[in-house]
Amino acid sequence: MLPELGHFALVLALLLAGLQAFFGILGPALGRDRWVAAATSAVAGQFVMVATAVGILVYAFVTYDFSVLYVAENSNSALPLMYRIAALWGAHEGSLLLWIFLLAVWTLAVAIASRNLPERFAARVLGVLGVLSFGFLLFTLATSDPFRRLIPAAADGHDLNPLLQDPGLAVHPPILYTGYVGLAVAFAFACAAMLEGRMDPDWARWTRPWTTAAWAFLTCGITLGSWWSYYTLGWGGYWFWDPVENASFMPWLVATALIHSLAVTEKRGLFKSWTLLLAILAFSLSLLGTFLVRSGVLVSVHSFAADPSRGRFILIFLGLVIGGALALYAWRAPLLKSNAGFELLSRESFLLFNNILLVVAAASVLGGTLAPLIADTFGQPSLSVGPPYFRPTFLLAVVPLLLLLSIGIHANWKRGRLEAAARPLLVTWVIAVALGAAVVFGFYAGRHVLAITGIGIGSWIILSSLLDPLDRLRRHLSLSRAVLGMTLAHIGMGVAVIALTGVESYTSERDLALSSGASAEVGGYDFKLMGTQPVEGPNYSAIRATVIVSRDGRPITTLYPENRTFWVQQQTRKVAGIYNRYGTDLFIALGDDLGAGRWSFRAQIRPMITLLWLGPLFMALGGALALSDRRYRQERAATRAAVKSALGAAR
Amino acid sequence: MTPQRRKRLYLVLGIVVGVSIATALALSSFRENVTFYFIPSEVAQGAVHGDQSFRLGGMVKTGSVQRQPGSLLVSFVLTDFKHEVPVTYDRVLPDLFREGQGVIAHGRLDSHGVLIADDVLAKHDEKYMPPKIAGTAPTARGGS
Repeated sequence: MLPELGHFALVLALLLAGLQAFFGILGPALGRDRWVAAATSAVAGQFVMVATAVGILVYAFVTYDFSVLYVAENSNSALPLMYRIAALWGAHEGSLLLWIFLLAVWTLAVAIASRNLPERFAARVLGVLGVLSFGFLLFTLATSDPFRRLIPAAADGHDLNPLLQDPGLAVHPPILYTGYVGLAVAFAFACAAMLEGRMDPDWARWTRPWTTAAWAFLTCGITLGSWWSYYTLGWGGYWFWDPVENASFMPWLVATALIHSLAVTEKRGLFKSWTLLLAILAFSLSLLGTFLVRSGVLVSVHSFAADPSRGRFILIFLGLVIGGALALYAWRAPLLKSNAGFELLSRESFLLFNNILLVVAAASVLGGTLAPLIADTFGQPSLSVGPPYFRPTFLLAVVPLLLLLSIGIHANWKRGRLEAAARPLLVTWVIAVALGAAVVFGFYAGRHVLAITGIGIGSWIILSSLLDPLDRLRRHLSLSRAVLGMTLAHIGMGVAVIALTGVESYTSERDLALSSGASAEVGGYDFKLMGTQPVEGPNYSAIRATVIVSRDGRPITTLYPENRTFWVQQQTRKVAGIYNRYGTDLFIALGDDLGAGRWSFRAQIRPMITLLWLGPLFMALGGALALSDRRYRQERAATRAAVKSALGAAR
Repeated sequence: MTPQRRKRLYLVLGIVVGVSIATALALSSFRENVTFYFIPSEVAQGAVHGDQSFRLGGMVKTGSVQRQPGSLLVSFVLTDFKHEVPVTYDRVLPDLFREGQGVIAHGRLDSHGVLIADDVLAKHDEKYMPPKIAGTAPTARGGS
């Protein structure tokens, strides 16, 4: 009975989303204030319905209701509770429901936070979000109903994909999706501004925190995914330029550009139409990502079962949303002219270059991701585009971006004077290059020109970012959280660049065939196999190897890499043994039984890998810090005051 | 032209030049760095030229996986149910590598027509079949 209620709740949510779109968009257009007010109620109703549906599906998972097809396919009586809940987003139908739920959460948050926005504008934002909700709910109900019954019920479930039975993966999709879906808010703000035909500096101030929040979630989500693939899937690889990774990375690049162009729009009233275009683009890319993943048109480790009707639906929806937004843009953007000027070395120019380079980077990733698809469509031989294409192309756009970053943060708005910053910039540059050279020649004994460049660029970003805040502290001036957040995010960028350089340049990797008692040397460390034994988990059996790692004869740690075979699907998943020593990972994964008492292993020494996770974390924290800036809090305080006085008046 | 306009002109010109250079470099890097993807039938028809490295997609033929005891070196046969290509590989095989599974191997053909693989990828989905083979294979499992 409950699953049918869940289905019914989704139907109601669809209707409410339709009303939300209808009232939200037509109300302000026709000037009907009661319609405008109704949009907010529709949001609340839709949220309740979607949350009910999610609750019912979670309940079905928790109570082993194998009469629901989706539960039977993705759960099992031996599956631990945590993964029974995470199984909700373990496959297509549920992850779509998660997408819809998160959109409802964001929409509700917008509805609550926008009480102090002009009513009609807020209604338009909610209306656009309603259109998106409607589309996705329709998609779910038409092609991917998570509540479909299985009659007769299965005796037991087919189990969750073993790869997903991992704490890292249990949290990665919701966080990534929160970021993806959050970009819908920026998109809705952009569409609302175009519908109004007006875009004041306030608009940028309202849009910024939402964009920053979505971006911070996206940053965390991508990093978590990378970390997960590092320790389970990829034999120590953290980024494969896989289509689905690219699908999450492209919106990130464009969202990063959007954050920066929003700053210009807020401070100087410039780049208005460009900002709108970026907001449309960022969300379009996140929709495109969904299309690529869900339709199965691109082969990827992430794609769920392909179903052409789903692909077609998303493609049409994608066309309507992007086409509609771009048509609106073509019609309305000319209204939003700004005619303030700026000089070549002003902050505006640097941010313009930042934007161009980020968009070029995103375009090069997009080109590489879609090339196989395009070649296929035109009957060319099948291509596969991998790291040899992506790495140089991407670096080409990103290296100038990073160099300009160090300089650009010292540029002034409007005026093109950099003389005051020239000396400290030069000093930090010299220190950074010296640091790079010291690390490369002193610590890691030479090898790469690229390594010096990378570590130099990263250090320069960090040092240069610190100049202004330290100077202000020395002069006992206050620092706003927005500036602190920006500084922290830029430092995170620098840390990530250093880490990437270090990991790429100084990783040692070897495949080994070891028998008990034998040892092999990798990157200055000795890996000695002590033996292998079978172990039992809650729903898997595993082979566990015991490996002692030592350096110069002194033991450092004992690692226990495992090969888990999950009972139901008989699939194997590795859990690598990893020990972190001063930021360097000693990594070993167990392969197969080679016969003759030997086992295959892959051992790696990955220096600086910890920094690779810390860098993005700093960026996300920087975003969070900027979000908590007084400017946005004052607004909330104003809301509270308004509510209070309204209540007082009512009494 | 006012100085300001001239400045803006330079800026725009700079951007156009920069973007074109980037595009040109990206395209050339693309031409040099894309890899072709073939299935065994295409290899049999001579689609591979000389020493070119490429990706080969196919199902691991049942009973074809052979290993020298105690060594990493493994050999197997990839098939599309019409033609076959033997493969050798001396690194650790991926988790989902099994007989009857779809995999993709990257490498070069030696003079005997054996693919010397430097990378083998297995799909993390047991329903997976490499592209172009899906239509021809006997269906082991109905659609979901």
